[in-house]
Amino acid sequence: MEYEVVIGLEIHAELDTRSKIYCGCTTEFGGEPNTHCCPICTGMPGVLPVLNKTVVEYAVRAGLAANCAISSFSKQDRKNYFYPDLPKAYQTSQYDLPLCKNGYLEIEVDGSVKKIGITRIHIEEDAGKLIHDESGKVSYVDYNRCGVPLIEIVTEPDMRSSAEVKAFFEKLKSILEYTSVSDCKMQEGSLRADVNLSVRPKGQKEFGTRTEIKNLNSVRAIVRAVDGEARRQISVLERNGVIVQETRRWDDEKGESYSMRDKEEAHDYRYFPEPDLTPVVVDEAWLDKIRSSIPELPDERRKRFIAEYGIPAYDAAFITGSKPLADFFEAAAKESKNAKAISNWIMGDVMKKLNDTGLEPLDMPIKPESLSRLVSLIDENVISGKIAKQVFEIMWDTGEDPADIVEKEGLKVVTDTEEIRSIVIQVISANPKSVEDYKSGKTKAIGFLVGQIMRETKGKADPQAVNRLLKEELDKL
Amino acid sequence: MAITKEDIERLADLARLNLTPEEIEKLTGDMETIINYSMNKLNELNTDDVLPMEHVLPISNVFREDICEKSFDREEILKNAPEKAEGCFLVPKVVE
Amino acid sequence: MELTKLTACKAADKIRKKEFSVPELTQAYLDRIGELNEKIGAYITVCKQDAGKQADNIQKKIDNNGELPLLAGIPAGISDNICTSGVLTSCGSRMLSNFVPPYDATAVKKLSQNGAVMLGKLNMDEFAMGSSNETSWYGQVKNPLDYGRVPGGSSGGAAAAVASQMACFALGSDTGGSVRLASSFCGVVGLKPTYGAVSRYGLVAFASSMDQIAPVTRDVADCAAVMNSIAGHDPLDSTSRDYGHEDYTLSLKSDVKGLKIGLPKEYFSGGIQKEVKEKVLDAAKVFESLGAEIEEISLPLLEYALPAYYIISSAEASSNLAQYDGIKYGYRTRQFEDLVDLYKKTRGEGFGEEVKRRILVGTYVLGAGNYDACYNKALKVKRMIFEEYQNAYQKVEVILVPTAPSTAFKIGEKTADLLDMYLNDVYTVPVNLAGLCAISVPCGFDSSGLPVGMQLIGKPYDEGTILRAAFTYEKYTGGNGGIDCGI
Repeated sequence: MEYEVVIGLEIHAELDTRSKIYCGCTTEFGGEPNTHCCPICTGMPGVLPVLNKTVVEYAVRAGLAANCAISSFSKQDRKNYFYPDLPKAYQTSQYDLPLCKNGYLEIEVDGSVKKIGITRIHIEEDAGKLIHDESGKVSYVDYNRCGVPLIEIVTEPDMRSSAEVKAFFEKLKSILEYTSVSDCKMQEGSLRADVNLSVRPKGQKEFGTRTEIKNLNSVRAIVRAVDGEARRQISVLERNGVIVQETRRWDDEKGESYSMRDKEEAHDYRYFPEPDLTPVVVDEAWLDKIRSSIPELPDERRKRFIAEYGIPAYDAAFITGSKPLADFFEAAAKESKNAKAISNWIMGDVMKKLNDTGLEPLDMPIKPESLSRLVSLIDENVISGKIAKQVFEIMWDTGEDPADIVEKEGLKVVTDTEEIRSIVIQVISANPKSVEDYKSGKTKAIGFLVGQIMRETKGKADPQAVNRLLKEELDKL
Repeated sequence: MAITKEDIERLADLARLNLTPEEIEKLTGDMETIINYSMNKLNELNTDDVLPMEHVLPISNVFREDICEKSFDREEILKNAPEKAEGCFLVPKVVE
Repeated sequence: MELTKLTACKAADKIRKKEFSVPELTQAYLDRIGELNEKIGAYITVCKQDAGKQADNIQKKIDNNGELPLLAGIPAGISDNICTSGVLTSCGSRMLSNFVPPYDATAVKKLSQNGAVMLGKLNMDEFAMGSSNETSWYGQVKNPLDYGRVPGGSSGGAAAAVASQMACFALGSDTGGSVRLASSFCGVVGLKPTYGAVSRYGLVAFASSMDQIAPVTRDVADCAAVMNSIAGHDPLDSTSRDYGHEDYTLSLKSDVKGLKIGLPKEYFSGGIQKEVKEKVLDAAKVFESLGAEIEEISLPLLEYALPAYYIISSAEASSNLAQYDGIKYGYRTRQFEDLVDLYKKTRGEGFGEEVKRRILVGTYVLGAGNYDACYNKALKVKRMIFEEYQNAYQKVEVILVPTAPSTAFKIGEKTADLLDMYLNDVYTVPVNLAGLCAISVPCGFDSSGLPVGMQLIGKPYDEGTILRAAFTYEKYTGGNGGIDCGI
C-alpha cells in the first residue's frame, strides 16, 4: 500500500534580546553555571515577573513576517508541572490567547510552491539545563537559561515529506534571522523543533495516530527523524500493528527514535491566567511601529540580488536563505566589480569551511571586504586562482588582509617573461620524452609540461604567459 | 460531586504530595465538603452572560525595557540550596 | 513614661524633640518582647542585634540634626511571609524553616528608608492560610487579651504584637481578611490597601490576585503614616499602580459631614454575634450624629463571595506553592529513592494539613475537566461581586460592616469544623475579590471584654476617605487604640 506522511512542527526559537523575559539577567549563552541568575529567574519566594517589552515586539515582528494576524489582546498563562529545570514549577507561557495566529509561509519544493499554515506564535520562557552525571546518582542544575525568552511557532499539519519540512524550517529560520528576532544558532539551542508525525494510506481523509519527536536541534536531525519515524510507522502498520500516541526521542547516532516511556498521559498542566502579569494590548499605532521596523525579507532580497548584482537565481536563493550569509555577500559585492565571483566563493570555499568547522555564518572569521579584495587580486591578475585558495586558507586562520598575505608569503604572479622563459627552457630540456610526444602529435603532453613549470614557480607564474612561452619555445625546436 | 479516595490520590500525585492513609481518609471528606459547599453555592447563580474576571485592575502593557542588570552572586543564589556542588543545585539523577 | 504605650506618631514626635532616644525606645520594645513573647508567641525571630544597630544609626542622624524621615526610630515587626534580606523568612512553615532570602521586600526596603527599626519577624498561619493562627509550624499565637483565645489570622502575630506593645506597628498580609480579622480580634487598627496600592514584591505569594501587604497599627493616624511609607508604584511589581500616591496623613481630618455611608443589610444577619451587630450599628449612629448620611443598602451576593474566594485563592495557591520542592531552598526530606519521591516526601513533610488541603482544592479546580465548572465559574462570580460593589458606590462613598461575625474565639474551638472556620472570613473576602480597600477599627467590647471590630470599606484607591471616617470615629469615641492588655 502507498502511504502519505503528515507532518506538523512546533519550533522553539530563543529571542535575541539582551535581557531575560521577566528579569534583567543577561541572555548571553554560556557562562559559569548559575551566574546569569537572580531571585526572579530562579523562582525564589515572593519575587515577581515584569515582561520585557522587546519580547513582545520581537514576537509580533516574527508574526508579521509569517503573515499572522496579531492579537490586539493577549495574555500570559501558567503551565504547571514539576521538573528540576523549572524552578517556579510552572512555565509562564500563553494558552488560549497567543500573540499571533493564522499565518503561513510559502515554500518551494521541486519547482512547485506550497503554503504551510502557521497556527500560532506565542511567547514563553525557556527552562534551565540539567547536566547528567554519567557515573553517579545525581544531576546538576544550571539556571542560566531559565527565563531566556522564547517564541513557540506551531504549524498546521500541512507538510507531506522531509523535503517540505526542510524547506519550511529553513525558510522560517531565514525569516527569524532577517527580522533579528533570533540568532538561530542551533548548536547553542537557540532554535529547536518538535516534529508531530502520522501516516495514512494514500487517499484516506482521516489523520492517523501521531507521535511527537521532541527537541531536534539540527536540520539534518529533523530530516532524518522525519524519514526514520515515517518508515517506522509504516512498517508498524504493514505488520498490522497499532501506532501509540506518545512522545519519542530521536537518537541521531543510531538513526532511530525511541519511546520516552514517561507518564505523559498523567500530565494535566492546569493552565490558568498568570495573575502576576497584565494583559498585552497591541494597538494599531504600536503595530505600525513594529511593522516599520521589519527589514527586507528573504524573498524580496533574493529578487533584488538577481536584479542588482546580476547573480543567477540559484545563487541568489541559496545566499539569501541565510541572513548572515546574505549580509556578508552584499557587503563584499558592494566593494567588488565581480559579484558572481563573490557568490561562487561563498557557495564554494566559504560554505565548505563553515561545514568543516561547524561554525555559523555569523561567526565567520573573515571580513567581507577581505573576500572582495581577494577576488580583485585574482581579477587584476596579481595572484592565480590556485594561489587564491592558499590565501583564503590563511585569511580564514588568521583574519589577515589578502594583499598583506600575498606580500608576506611572496605569492604574486610572476609576469616577468624572461624569468618564465628561462624556466620553460629548463623544463623542456629536462623532459625530452614529453617534448617528443608533443612533437608526434600527442597534444596532451603539453599539460604535463605546464604542470612542471607551475611546480617550478610554486604556482605563481602567470598561466597565460606560461602557455604562450611554452608554445613559442616548443615551436623553435 | 462525589470525591473518592482515588481522586485524592491522583490529585496528591499531580501536586507531588505524599499523604499518609489517615490524611487521605480525612482529606477525602474535607474536599468533598469544601467542593460541594462551594460549587453548590456558586451554581445557584446564573453566569451564562458573565465574562470571567482575572484581574481587578484595569491595566495592561506593564513592561520593562530590555536592559541588562547585574545578576546575583552565585553564592547568594545557591546559599539556601539543600544540596549543591560545582556551582549547581543537585538533584537525584533525572532519567529521560 | 512607658515608652511602648506610645503610638508611632507620638513616639516619632518625642524622638525628634529628643525626649528619649531611639536606642531607648528600641530597648523598651526588646525588653517587652523578652517578657511577653514566650507567652504570646508573636515573634518567630527577634533581631536583637540588628535592631540595636539600626537604632544607633538613626540616633546618629538625629544627633547630627539630619533630615528625618517619617518613621525615624520607630520599632516595627514584620510578618514572616515578607522577605527580609539576611533574616529567616519562614512563612510559618516547616517548608521554609531555614530560608534566608538574599533580598528585601519593597515594603521592607521602604520602611527602612523611612527610618523604621525592624524588631523581628512575626508568627502567622502557615503561608497565610488560616483565620486563627492555629496552622503555624511555630506554634499558636495567643490573643494578648485572653491567652485562651486565638488572635485571628493569618497575621495573628502582627496583631498580637501591636496589641501587646511588642511592636509599635507591624506589617502583615491580607489575602482574604487576615490583617483585618486579626486586628479586630486583638483590638487594633488594620488596613487592607487597594489591590495594587502597595508593592507585593517580596511578599511570599498565597493568592497573587488578592494578596496585599497591610499595616497593623495602634490607631488611625499611625495607619496613615505607615501607608505613606510603604504605598506607591514599584517597577518590580506589574500589578502595583501609580495612581498619584497621595499623602494619607492629609486625610486625618475630623469631618464626616455629608459622608454617605451604606449599611448593607446582608452583613447584619445570619450567624452574626448579637453584640458585634449592636456595636457596629452603634458606630453607625455615631457617624450619623457627626453628620454622615447613613443609608441601608443591599449587597445580596455576599454569601457567594466566600466560595468564590476559596476556589480562586486555592487555585492560585496550588501553583504558587509548587515551587517549594526541596531543590533550591527550604526543607528537603532526608531519605528518598528518586526525584519524584524527593518531591513528594519533601512536600508531604514540609507542609501542614491546611496547606495541603488548599493545594489539593486548587489542583482539583484547575484540573482538566473542572476548570470551567469550578475555577472559571468562580471568576465569573468574582466579576458579579465586583460589579455589585461598583454599583453600590454609585450611591454611597463608604460601606460600614462588621469585620468578623464574632469576637475572638477559643483556641481549638473551630478546628474541627472547616466551614465554621472559613466563615470567619465571610465579611472580609469580598474586599479582596473586588480589589477594594478597607480598614478595621475597634468599636467597643463584647460582654466578655473582647474587642469588636468594624470595617469601613472604600472604593479602589480611596483609602483617604475610609481613613478620614475612621479617624473621625476614633477621635470622637476615644477609640481603644490605647488598649491596656491587662498584662
